[in-house]
Amino acid sequence: MSFDISFIGVVIASIMASSVPLILAASGELITERSGVLNLGVEGMMIIGAISGFALMIVTGNLFIAIIGSMFAGVIISTIFGFLTQTLLTNHVATGLALTIFGIGMSAMLGKNFVGIPGKEFPVFFDNLSESIPFFGPILFGHSIVFYFAFILPFLTNYFLKKTKIGLMVRAVGDSPDSASNQGINVNLVRYLCILYGGAMCGLAGAYLSMIYTPQWIENMTGGRGWIALALVVFSTWNPIKILIGAMIFGGITILQLHMQALGLRIPVQFLSALPYIMTIIVLVVISRDSRKIKLSTPSSLGKSFYKEK
Amino acid sequence: MEGKLIKIVKRDDISKSVFFLTPILAIILTLISGGLIFYLLGFKPLEALKFFFIVPINNVYGFSELLLKATPLCLIAIGLSFCFKSNNWNIGAEGQLTFGGIVSGGVALLFYNQEGFYILPLVVLAGAVGGMIYAMIPAILKTHFNTNEILVSLMLVYVSKLLLDYLVVGPWSNPEGFNFPETRQFSNSARMPILFEGLRIHAGIFIALATVIISWFVFYKTYLGFQMKVSGFSLKTAKYAGYKGKTMILLVFMISGACAGLAGVGEITGPIGQLHREISPDYGFTAIIVAFLGRLNPIGIIFASLVVALTYLGAETAQIFMQIPKYTGQVFQGMILFFLLASDYLLFFKIKFLGIKKNEL
Repeated sequence: MSFDISFIGVVIASIMASSVPLILAASGELITERSGVLNLGVEGMMIIGAISGFALMIVTGNLFIAIIGSMFAGVIISTIFGFLTQTLLTNHVATGLALTIFGIGMSAMLGKNFVGIPGKEFPVFFDNLSESIPFFGPILFGHSIVFYFAFILPFLTNYFLKKTKIGLMVRAVGDSPDSASNQGINVNLVRYLCILYGGAMCGLAGAYLSMIYTPQWIENMTGGRGWIALALVVFSTWNPIKILIGAMIFGGITILQLHMQALGLRIPVQFLSALPYIMTIIVLVVISRDSRKIKLSTPSSLGKSFYKEK
Repeated sequence: MEGKLIKIVKRDDISKSVFFLTPILAIILTLISGGLIFYLLGFKPLEALKFFFIVPINNVYGFSELLLKATPLCLIAIGLSFCFKSNNWNIGAEGQLTFGGIVSGGVALLFYNQEGFYILPLVVLAGAVGGMIYAMIPAILKTHFNTNEILVSLMLVYVSKLLLDYLVVGPWSNPEGFNFPETRQFSNSARMPILFEGLRIHAGIFIALATVIISWFVFYKTYLGFQMKVSGFSLKTAKYAGYKGKTMILLVFMISGACAGLAGVGEITGPIGQLHREISPDYGFTAIIVAFLGRLNPIGIIFASLVVALTYLGAETAQIFMQIPKYTGQVFQGMILFFLLASDYLLFFKIKFLGIKKNEL
């Protein structure tokens, strides 16, 4: 096996591709958490997005409708979470878990007739450039629009949170809902919108898996990526740019693990497959050790319900 | 608030009767929505519900199967309620069950060609210790490194399942097993005694019942139970009262890990009799719903485990007789928790019917 420069380019490109769903889901969840809402239903929303996107792609044959539909499906299912936690003031952790259990069951039910059907080819940009330019070619070209969107999203998210008025509102609501409310901000409305946005991004992340990355429908195909995305938000200390770094690390481990298997190393497959999960734990430990830093960057009202006496 | 017929008021105290009635309301709402889902899928709703919830238990065998499935759910949920009561979110019981199963299965395999009264106690103990040790990982990381226990305990589920997979395919696979991913059969001395000839229900149910009684005693009659309750209401108060928070976190995780491990033992030494890839149909996750539905109360959890076990059986029966996809069970489980959480609203808020005053007419 040759380790020339263009091979490394291909490896980096595959690492980036495998980190796309993590970036999308984690960026969405980051906005949700910044508004003070902890939605543990990421895995459930992703899998619903995955089946909705795939089913719409097969049924309508229109990729645009399928992508939009997967985001819409994410919005619908996150509405359940929003209604429960914001209107009925339920516990965020328990509601998120319910959402994941429900989402996995529902997706398997909806996807029953789509198992084993091959997906459609998703258009990529500048495929010819990808092969003719060594190293940078495969990294920069020959990817789908969702891929490019994912790598711009953290920067957009950062700009949104730091420079826009609505972004400031989101942070105010997450850090101090009472004073935000006294300023005339509708806390519940802001939180609702952040939840729905998170749902849309998780739906898109799922659709990327079933329509572009794999592309087919397999039950439980998200395989814990939703939970890794949640861990990434902690890893990033709620900073969107760091999500990019974290997602690349996890994408790297996933790809490394595949390459190690291909190289025929005498390490059992199962140990390699366990690497991303073990790595998540190690990374969490390293990040969380500094409890002061975590405390400073965690949205103060994260996971707490807001109730205004009328 | 003029012109409104109803007003929503915050309750001053939690009403005991509503506290235990809302789970029933949640189950009724789940049945109604379930019927609706069946209708949308093109099945006759009443017939589907009958196959889901009545047919599976209308005979002795069916009822014993219900108890068989309720046993691990009850055990795990009891353990989880120690964690949930004290504000610790252990959601990796599935991993603790699997690891407990691996350790106890390992011990059982040591004695695969031996018989003896001492084997089963050793196997049971090994499972409890295995689950306990596995649950201590997220607990110690939480107490010493401030790491989020939700994510760690969940990641460990995937790790334990991969470990089990490695063992049954590799070093522990049956040498005479034609490369099937399974171990040798355990010897009879390592199997839970069957209670009735011809049924699968085994002595593990007594372990579950003993756990119910012990936990009831701990929750309501001991200082530890009181400390857990206070920490659940407010961590600040607990700190102010001088409770040793770290010791309690470790303790509740160890208890819940041991319970999950015991559930794993029950599965492999009961109906399964060996180790293979899938020793649990996600009992560890479903038990979270059982714990909430039972209101973290040991007696409540008994009833809740029976209700949720029925969704497992119902899904199997409905699949056989009506070709309803088996995942419907999971959809039902998710819905029960949704409705339960939603109906908690009635706990904290009162709906007042104001009526129309005469002068407004």
